[in-house]
Amino acid sequence: MTATTAAPRAATPVPTRNQPSARLRAWATRAPLLPALIFMIAVTQLPFVATLVISFFDWNALYPKARRFTGFGNYQQVLSDADLRHSVWTTILLTAAVVLASLVLGLGLALLLDRKFRGRGVVRTLLIAPFLVVPVAAALLWKHVLYNPEYGLLNGLLHYVGGPQPDWISNTPLLAVEASLVWQWTPFMMLILLAGLQSRDSQQMEAARVDGASDWQIFRHLTLPHLRRYLELGGLLGSIYIVQNFDAVFTITSGGLGTANLPYTVYQSFYQAHENGLASAAGVLVVIGSIVIATFALRVVSSLFREEVGRA
Amino acid sequence: MSATTATPVRRKGFGLGLLAWLAGIVFFLPIAWMTLTSFHSESDAATNPPSFAAPLTLDGYRDFFGSGGGASPWPSLINSTVASLTSTLLVLVLALPAAYALSIRPVKKWTDVLFFFLSTKMLPVVAGLLPIYLFAKNTGMLDNIWLLVILYTSMNLPIAVWMMQSFLAEVPVAVIEAARVDGAKLPTILARVVAPIALPGIAATALICFIFSWNELLFARVLSGVVAETAPVFLTGFITSQGLFLAKVCAASLVISLPVLAAGFAAQDKLVQGLSLGAVK
Repeated sequence: MTATTAAPRAATPVPTRNQPSARLRAWATRAPLLPALIFMIAVTQLPFVATLVISFFDWNALYPKARRFTGFGNYQQVLSDADLRHSVWTTILLTAAVVLASLVLGLGLALLLDRKFRGRGVVRTLLIAPFLVVPVAAALLWKHVLYNPEYGLLNGLLHYVGGPQPDWISNTPLLAVEASLVWQWTPFMMLILLAGLQSRDSQQMEAARVDGASDWQIFRHLTLPHLRRYLELGGLLGSIYIVQNFDAVFTITSGGLGTANLPYTVYQSFYQAHENGLASAAGVLVVIGSIVIATFALRVVSSLFREEVGRA
Repeated sequence: MSATTATPVRRKGFGLGLLAWLAGIVFFLPIAWMTLTSFHSESDAATNPPSFAAPLTLDGYRDFFGSGGGASPWPSLINSTVASLTSTLLVLVLALPAAYALSIRPVKKWTDVLFFFLSTKMLPVVAGLLPIYLFAKNTGMLDNIWLLVILYTSMNLPIAVWMMQSFLAEVPVAVIEAARVDGAKLPTILARVVAPIALPGIAATALICFIFSWNELLFARVLSGVVAETAPVFLTGFITSQGLFLAKVCAASLVISLPVLAAGFAAQDKLVQGLSLGAVK
């Protein structure tokens, strides 16, 4: 979005003398929007309302006749179930670890890529590639090709230096899932932060340098404050995607060894245990968690957006 | 940055350039190794220490495409192609007019509408999964690729609306006005004035929607069976170890990732804008 043209044109003043025609015109302006709007409401909002309703029922799909209203019973059960509480904890741990690690790595890589050097384009392409592997394929790659204790690449490389031969997934299951996700999400953070770095005010940086500011001072007092909102944006969008992660958990550990996060638990409780009511209650809890993150995310996006529109 | 021309700084620049190359190689290593392994025989693929210089063969690929008597990946590849292309097309059909009504001829409170689209993207997939499953079961839509098409469309529509809104907003209003004064009708203006400026952005949007649809697993896993199985669901067949099968897994992962890698590199410049839902240029 270029700063100069981002703002849509102000709506043409609608003549107020002729009421019916004005209304007609307003609808003509709205008409192109309606199919997309109606489609989104029907496909995303209605199912959520249904989830909300089902979450108040005791309903096992194998015994449909026994369906009855239980109020907050499912929520009580979900919140008091040790496995489910554990999966809430796993979700938080997984999301926080992956987002923080990939943000830090992404920042380092973005700073390296922000300078001119030979082959910068090639390095950029190499770094983006992990993000462009199909998530299931990436998880399979880590599970079988890298982590395998007998012939995986990690232990193969350790073999050369006479290191130990650990069984990565059994020893550190959650870390194994996290490492594969960090590998996939670091490029995402890098791209967002690189865009942030490249939108810095070069004259201001130049002036600081002329005034004798060191690289660290420039980074600390100019770059980092400027990057703050890009870091927030990367962190929040990353959280929204990773809170929902299913592919890596499903593929690498199949939710075993204490790695089941909430999306996996929801999947399992209705797909395998057929507990519709419980699954819905857990789903609603995921939504509440996401809403908290999303509120912050929307605020950041809207402040970036307002700034761009405001500059027009 | 003019400071990089000074000699001590240049030496530091060289060191940092080297570090960047090193980082790039480390991040790419798993993919490079996957590619090499896919061209090894199964017995060479599963050695410790790894056999880097083992002879190359296409057996892994032959095995993946069904020569070994396993299930053929073609139905799932075709399903994924149909689902991804059709939903992307549907997204464009719905998003283009919407973006037009949010940029070129904006409705009142257009920012609110824009943020409504964004907020739907923040609703987790699991929030509606069960009712969608029950609905599909009761209407006989289970294991039907068109159900996935509809869901993928809803998954990508907010991203597309945001991206296209920003691309259409780049069309200068003066040019549109000039064309209107010259007596051009709306279709002509759209085809001759708006399209040439917005087309690269629309193409990038389409590529990003394609990537997300192609990658999707949870919906496909829950809602498809034998008939509508997509490529990622096919890949889940490799989750449990099946003896010596590394070369085959690598070949499968690589073949199924190839469309995404191609689309991603084609859309490289706009990738970050799409991923950040248009918040970052």
